[in-house]
Amino acid sequence: MSVLVYTESENGKFKKNALEVASYASAVAKQMGTTATAISVNAIEGAQLGTYGISKVLNVTNDKLKIFNAKAYADAVVEAVEKEGATVLIVSSSTDSKFLAPIVAAKLKAGYVPNVVAAPEGTSPFSVKRTAFSNKGFAHTEILTDKKIIGVSSNSFGLHENKVNAVVEDFNPSLKDADFAIKSVEIDKVAGKVTIADADIVVSGGRGLKGPENWGMIEELAKVLGAATACSKPVSDMGWRPHGEHVGQTGKPVASNLYIAIGISGAIQHLAGVSASKVKVVINNDPEAPFFKAADYGMVGDAFEIVPKLTEKLKEFKAQNA
Amino acid sequence: MKILVCISNVPDTTSKINFTDGDTKFDTNGVQFVINPNDEFGLTRAMWFKEKQGATVHVVTVGGASVEPTIRKALAIGADEAIRVNTEPTDGFFVAQQLAEVVKNGGYDLVIAGRESIDYNGGMVPGILATLLDMNFVNTCISIEVEGNKATIMREIDGGKEKLTTSLPLVIGGQKGLVEESDLRIPNMRGIMMARQKKLNVIEPVQAINATTDLKFDKPAPKGAVKLVESVDDLINLLHNEAKVI
Ligand SMILES: Cc1cc2nc3c(=O)[nH]c(=O)nc-3n(C[C@H](O)[C@H](O)[C@H](O)COP(=O)(O)OP(=O)(O)OC[C@H]3O[C@@H](n4cnc5c(N)ncnc54)[C@H](O)[C@@H]3O)c2cc1C
Ligand SMILES: Nc1ncnc2c1ncn2[C@@H]1O[C@H](COP(=O)(O)O)[C@@H](O)[C@H]1O
Repeated sequence: MSVLVYTESENGKFKKNALEVASYASAVAKQMGTTATAISVNAIEGAQLGTYGISKVLNVTNDKLKIFNAKAYADAVVEAVEKEGATVLIVSSSTDSKFLAPIVAAKLKAGYVPNVVAAPEGTSPFSVKRTAFSNKGFAHTEILTDKKIIGVSSNSFGLHENKVNAVVEDFNPSLKDADFAIKSVEIDKVAGKVTIADADIVVSGGRGLKGPENWGMIEELAKVLGAATACSKPVSDMGWRPHGEHVGQTGKPVASNLYIAIGISGAIQHLAGVSASKVKVVINNDPEAPFFKAADYGMVGDAFEIVPKLTEKLKEFKAQNA
Repeated sequence: MKILVCISNVPDTTSKINFTDGDTKFDTNGVQFVINPNDEFGLTRAMWFKEKQGATVHVVTVGGASVEPTIRKALAIGADEAIRVNTEPTDGFFVAQQLAEVVKNGGYDLVIAGRESIDYNGGMVPGILATLLDMNFVNTCISIEVEGNKATIMREIDGGKEKLTTSLPLVIGGQKGLVEESDLRIPNMRGIMMARQKKLNVIEPVQAINATTDLKFDKPAPKGAVKLVESVDDLINLLHNEAKVI
């Protein structure tokens, strides 16, 4: 019996969400009186996970797995679960992990609960708290199967240091030709840009910005804050911004530490997708905009005046606090 | 090509959420139900295949008789036939097992489901379904083209998109992007009339396991009032010293 966690990496380096799920996994292992093992693919510094309480790392080194492939990765994870006799598997809420987890669930006949926001409430019965109804509610869900899969909501558990010595082992799962029935032809991704999924801060613009030509100031602000940029649905529908930036109930979920909404009214479908963010700021020239009811901090005024000023002052602030 | 679109019946996106029976059940009182938005994008793409490439489109839902208006709407939009598996959709694993039976018996080339249902946000039915049947599966699809038995797909990834190729039979988890917003259809009178003539097959569920069960629900604690600030200096100060997020 042990806890296994799938830790994602990119170009050999662990993603932030990997450190969060590692922290979560070691907390669950402690609760269950066992240890936590990680599985990683082509990671370079497996031992780093020891900082977050992981005592063993199974690292797969395989050129065929350079690009994420849900089926092949799922097979590797399933084999690791079996090898370790793991009863609980932890994954993140990244797009890739949400692709992988249901495949693993079906193979292991395991109950999978995504969007989990806290350590298990109990281990017998085994129940977890997760968001439901697009963040309008929480469900306390019991997992009934012997094997259990938990998808941890981004930024909900945080990073917790708990240093142990991590043993890194090479792991060579047996892959089948059928694992490669889906071929990646091309990846279109801006290198070095903070993604909405990984961002601590998200700066988001709505229809109040009037047109795509005005996004320069949004990007400037995001740059000073090291933030990702996002937008409301109509903005992407009109082609002002790429679809991938659309956040909300039918777009990407946002669970950042800080969400800054600029020229966004705060429609219920928008709020549903961003309300998991810890602190929300709204900048809007209409004091009646519904976003003011959902935000922690607000400024009533013209975004075209406020945003450049905010960016300037933040530059000064950053220079002083660097 | 034979296409199956999986439809989950969800509260309208503007619904207020409440719970009943000691917070153990979702309160459907006064709630309007609709086709899950991710499934509506998929259904609209299926109609494109039907009209441009000559596909047959079936829709399926796992649910009690109360979900029939939603599935009728899919017929009114243009699906050829509907299937309802007559049982309460208690969890994703259970639903996927029911759908697997339908897919196996129907010989579908392409199964279009949504990335997630906007009610319980499970995001697991298409992946489990595909794996149970050993079919190819791609999640978060934002475009799909089919030629013969080859499919070219664009999938959303964190920070960008990825182009993939694979072959049918295939299951996708779709989302916005599969079609343009302006392509979505509101059923017209003729569609609604025609839907009444179309087959809605009610079938009984197969034996299946429940992997999870919701014990209780609650709502986020009510939020305090917004703090309005007058200047960007005040805002920076509060974000730094009070909220501690910058
Ligand atoms: C099924 C369905 C799903 C949906 N899913 C989503 C979703 O996932 N995400 C989403 O975002 N929406 C979603 N929507 C759309 C949603 O209902 C709203 O239409 C949308 O969020 C509004 O976008 P907006 O706030 O940018 O635009 P608007 O509502 O037009 O708001 C613009 C705001 O900008 C302010 N403004 C104007 N000028 C200025 C200025 N100079 N300075 C400062 N402020 C200014 C205005 O006061 C206004 O509040 C969905 C709708 C449906 C029906
Ligand atoms: N009860 C159901 N009947 C038919 N299809 C469903 C049902 N529940 C979920 N689905 C399909 O699976 C997708 C993902 O749902 P979920 O895993 O519940 O988030 C939905 O978008 C539907 O396409």
